[in-house]
Amino acid sequence: MAVDVSQFYQVFFEESLEGLDNMESALMALDPQTIDAETINTIFRAAHSIKGGSATFGFTEVAAFTHVLETLLDEVREGSRALHADHVDLLLRSVDAMRLMIETLQAGDVIDPEDSKELKEQFEAILKGESFAGVTPQVAEEQAAPSTQNSTWQIHFAPHPEMLITGNEPIRMFRELSELGELHVECLTGELPSFESISPDSCYLSWNLTLQGCENLEEIKEVFEWVEDEADITYKSLKADEVKDYIQNAVDATGADNTVAPASDANQFMVDSMLQSPKNEVETPKAGPVETVVKEQPNVESISKNNAATTTTVAKTPPKPAEASIRVGTDKIDQLINLVGELVITQSMLGQLGEGDSEDFTQEKLLRLQEGLSQLEQNTRELQESVMRIRMLPISFSFSRFPRMVRDLSQRLNKKIDLVLQGEQTELDKTVMEKIGDPLVHLVRNSVDHGIESPADRVKAGKPEAGKVVLNAYHQGGNVVIEIKDDGAGLNRERILAKAIENGVVQAGDSLTDEQINDLIFQPGFSTAAEVSDVSGRGVGMDVVRRNIQELNGTVDVKSVAGKGSTFTIRLPLTLAILDGQLVRVGVENYIFPLVSIVESIQVNRNQLNRVAGGSQVLRLRNEYIPIVYLHEVYSTQADFHSIEEGLVVVVEFENNKFGIVVDDLLAQQQVVIKSLETNYRRVEGVSGATILGDGQVALIVDIAGLVKMGGATQALKQIESMVKRQPKVA
Amino acid sequence: MSAAEANVVENDSQNIGVGSSSQDESGEQYLTFIMADEEYGVDILKVQEIRGWEKTTPIPNAPNHIKGVINLRGTVVPIIDLRRCFGMDQVEYGPLTVVIVLKVDSSQNSRTMGIVVDAVSDVYSLDNESLQPAPNMGDSYDTSYIRGLATVGEKMVMLLEINELLDLDDIPNVNELKQQVAAAQASA
Amino acid sequence: MTKILAVDDSASMRQMVAFTLQGAGYDVVEASDGLEALSEADKSGFDLVLSDVNMPNMDGLTLCKELRTKPDFKYTPILMLTTESGGDKKMEGKQAGATGWIVKPFNPEQLLKTIKKVLG
Repeated sequence: MAVDVSQFYQVFFEESLEGLDNMESALMALDPQTIDAETINTIFRAAHSIKGGSATFGFTEVAAFTHVLETLLDEVREGSRALHADHVDLLLRSVDAMRLMIETLQAGDVIDPEDSKELKEQFEAILKGESFAGVTPQVAEEQAAPSTQNSTWQIHFAPHPEMLITGNEPIRMFRELSELGELHVECLTGELPSFESISPDSCYLSWNLTLQGCENLEEIKEVFEWVEDEADITYKSLKADEVKDYIQNAVDATGADNTVAPASDANQFMVDSMLQSPKNEVETPKAGPVETVVKEQPNVESISKNNAATTTTVAKTPPKPAEASIRVGTDKIDQLINLVGELVITQSMLGQLGEGDSEDFTQEKLLRLQEGLSQLEQNTRELQESVMRIRMLPISFSFSRFPRMVRDLSQRLNKKIDLVLQGEQTELDKTVMEKIGDPLVHLVRNSVDHGIESPADRVKAGKPEAGKVVLNAYHQGGNVVIEIKDDGAGLNRERILAKAIENGVVQAGDSLTDEQINDLIFQPGFSTAAEVSDVSGRGVGMDVVRRNIQELNGTVDVKSVAGKGSTFTIRLPLTLAILDGQLVRVGVENYIFPLVSIVESIQVNRNQLNRVAGGSQVLRLRNEYIPIVYLHEVYSTQADFHSIEEGLVVVVEFENNKFGIVVDDLLAQQQVVIKSLETNYRRVEGVSGATILGDGQVALIVDIAGLVKMGGATQALKQIESMVKRQPKVA
Repeated sequence: MSAAEANVVENDSQNIGVGSSSQDESGEQYLTFIMADEEYGVDILKVQEIRGWEKTTPIPNAPNHIKGVINLRGTVVPIIDLRRCFGMDQVEYGPLTVVIVLKVDSSQNSRTMGIVVDAVSDVYSLDNESLQPAPNMGDSYDTSYIRGLATVGEKMVMLLEINELLDLDDIPNVNELKQQVAAAQASA
Repeated sequence: MTKILAVDDSASMRQMVAFTLQGAGYDVVEASDGLEALSEADKSGFDLVLSDVNMPNMDGLTLCKELRTKPDFKYTPILMLTTESGGDKKMEGKQAGATGWIVKPFNPEQLLKTIKKVLG
């Protein structure tokens, strides 16, 4: 039966990458002084699995590379080799190398053996340096010897009594032998004890076997391979002059004479692998499309009849480039199945109600119909939530790269840094996770590079030598909050201000709050690093970080205390696909407000309004002044209300500030599926997307941040702040 | 054929279900439409479907010629008002108004857009050789969105390069240009 | 129908084994470690157990020992999927009660040949 193993490639790639991630984090956790057995086991297991899989699926370069790695790890595991700190570095580098190899294969490209050659040689050098070096390929040449020209063999097979308890059945071996040639079996019952002392688990019989027509002793020995330690077996060639083929393979079960057995064992393995590796190459198509084409090309003309068959296999061979997939816990699947079950029940209940003609339809049926529909609504919502949950992954997927990154960075910058990861189990949509990766890297890098001071400076400032960077994630409402906190020097207020004045972002005379100054670092072209290092100064600024996060409907802000450190806080929606929305009406149009941004909605009196310099209106609400934005003005459309009393003010919160947005009416709350306007149109300022309502109409989703900015409310905020300063308490 | 008949005619393959005066396979086929009594043509392969006018959702602060967006089987598609583009008087759009849904390719992606026209006219097969290039109108007119000019009977049909024309930022006043072109040809 | 329990923590190996055996008409139950395999073994008997050696939670050798203590698995053939680096593992495997081993890497054809050898 031909099995096309290429169908398992994708799974292999994914589990290998996952294994490499595990290996990396285990290596990071490894302390060469006190090696934890389970940690080293985890590392070994990952390397071991990758080697096994890559050899099976014919990725010989990966297999060869992992082999040396595995040998080293095995020796460490067995305690026959001490692990040095530079071994860990080497192992980490090989994780990178293997990751590159797997990704290359995944993309359907061919691995360049040169890439990993140097690392491999370093491992081999370590292995040669001391202790047992594992199996070296040269041994394979010994393999030529054993085969002989004999065709008749006499075999004495005397199993030890306990052979049966390993499930080995002599009859199976005889059956197999009979496939190699003509077999005569003579059973020797001399050892049989008396009936009452027979133990049913024990084997008391032995056999004399004569096999005719088999030339290769190795084939015969293979039949007994699994029991050679549990039986006395002698092979005798019936050509008497071939004395050297008489191999005594009786090994005492207690292990008194082990000299022969391990040697033949090692030998046996090499035979296996020699037999298998060339075979693998023939049977498993190589992943690289280029190679395949070259291989197939010469055949095209000569065997035109087989051409069709040939080309189909060629087309099947290259793996599809990085097909996205996701691993889902079975509990999540079970939950889905349950929900679908409930849905089916609801459906059949509704179906029954629909049967019969209109006269049958009674008031009682109507009630049940309504009940059924509300059940359907609940089922649908739960199903939707469960399906969304499938896309949720713990943020540890994203965090896991940081221990390594911080370690490398701190080495390069000669800083001492403890990285603390918290809330790694916090779940986040896969798409959001993928897109938040780069901004996170940037922020962590920023904390390590600019935030944490050099050890000397820290000691001078009375802080512990080692700086601390904390990555934390947690859920808050419908959002995921990610914090990057460091105990470094904090943002340099003066330098930021100077830079902002230099860039013309602010005027020299402007009075700015600390928050406003901190916020300036998110302005384009803003880098205050005294010297541009190769760590942070890569031309990507905080403005890009903020923009990327805003594209995810998220926000980022920073709090900083001079000398104590900075905290960057990212807020992200749990998912990109669905939004809890509040439908509002302005004139003839309906808009969606993200429910998470809404604090409250109120009717206001004209006398609650103030006007600040610049003409903006602010609303006095309890103890706060809130800038007012008229949605219809910002969107250049028509509203029904003529004065604010006729409309409604929706109070929203964004970056810790409140704003009031004036609309005509508040309608239903509903979950909406987010559609991009950019697919067929383009990005629209003040609009984060669109959705399709129940009646088929398109409604736009309001980008609160954009709307507020366009409405000049951020300007008004500054006015309010100066107003509040003059008159600190509101009556 | 009237606009009402053209209402919601889907074009799955090349062949649109609009009456055609010529089925010559050698040239390319163009769907033509009428704007203020003038006839314009677009490559029929770009036409996805023809549908009736429906209310659009306006987009805040969009250029004048963007009527808004509609829901086209789950995707959000912008509708472009050609009357506005062509600098014509506005008319009340009703059920008889026609929207031609086109696939517009740009260097990065392909987008689906609808254009509002007065009426769909005909399908012509036109030989590429029978097309006249757009005359050089000097620097004041960009003619890159004109694929060519064809004469059908006594009418001149301007064939539009929609990928160029529907570049969202800058839709030219085609009507004015067409009159200029006609004048230029007459004097030649 | 001949029932086989395939135990491996690597999903790709497990899938390859299961796919190959199912294609040859065997009924295959998969388990991703020793513990999972034991709980499958509590549910039903098997005609053959194929197990990887290195696995988290419970390794193949422990699994083998555990299975041999169950009356239903006293004589059930248990094959270990080993690699060459586990040279001593073969001995350990035997001591744990394994019937035999299949050396990785193997391809589907080799796997089937060995299975047929054991099951007849």
